[in-house]
Amino acid sequence: MSYKTDYARAHGWGSAHEGVHHFWVQRVTAIALIPLTIFFIFPFANALGGSYEAVRATYQNSWNAFIAVSFVIVGLWHLKLGLQVIIEDYVHSKPLHLTLLLANIILNAAFGIAGVLAIAKIAFSA
Amino acid sequence: MTDVNRGNRPLSPHLQVYRMYITMVVSGLHRISGFGMTISAVLIIWWFIAAATSPEYFAVVNGLLTSWIGTLVMLASLYGLCHHLLNGIRHLIWDTGRLFDVETIDKTAWFVLLGAPALTLLVLLIVLLG
Repeated sequence: MSYKTDYARAHGWGSAHEGVHHFWVQRVTAIALIPLTIFFIFPFANALGGSYEAVRATYQNSWNAFIAVSFVIVGLWHLKLGLQVIIEDYVHSKPLHLTLLLANIILNAAFGIAGVLAIAKIAFSA
Repeated sequence: MTDVNRGNRPLSPHLQVYRMYITMVVSGLHRISGFGMTISAVLIIWWFIAAATSPEYFAVVNGLLTSWIGTLVMLASLYGLCHHLLNGIRHLIWDTGRLFDVETIDKTAWFVLLGAPALTLLVLLIVLLG
């Protein structure tokens, strides 16, 4: 047993041992997503179902590409944090818990990088 | 915290013991919509990858997303996004310590529950008519 007080042992640490960092980043990404969602949704909805050329023209526009890349990065970051909470809440088996937490990080990073590369490839093909 | 007894504390009653409240519905929909948008994210990124690959591959993925089932998934995604966005703003207001009394919480819950389908229709109208 350590000589630390109960308060000192708990201060700044939740059950995930990372303090308020998760809470804070979730809020920052949430706020950023409000304008990003509004700017992303309309060009995307108009492009969806359009011709190959029309869709590429939409994202060869620098502003649309900038918004789409930002939306993918911030959106998937926010999604990663949310899915992490769901895993922590409902998956109690330790091996599965750790596997899913790792998969959550890796898959969100992979999809994020793939999405950014795809949009960049279209944007730079103009 | 090895010297703390964590095994013999009273548990809160299970979810099913409570009467259904409007706030429970809105809270549940927030989590379900957030979880559901995982599928939307995968589909949209797949669509971008297809548009960056070739006209043939794009035709396949774009066709899938605009098929009747794809349209249904995209509409559900839009509704989920609207609910999550409105309720997310509600959460951000709570983070400043405001609108916490029970009556206001019920009112804002109804606002989100009814506002989400209304916002979905508004976005659809703007996209279809614009």
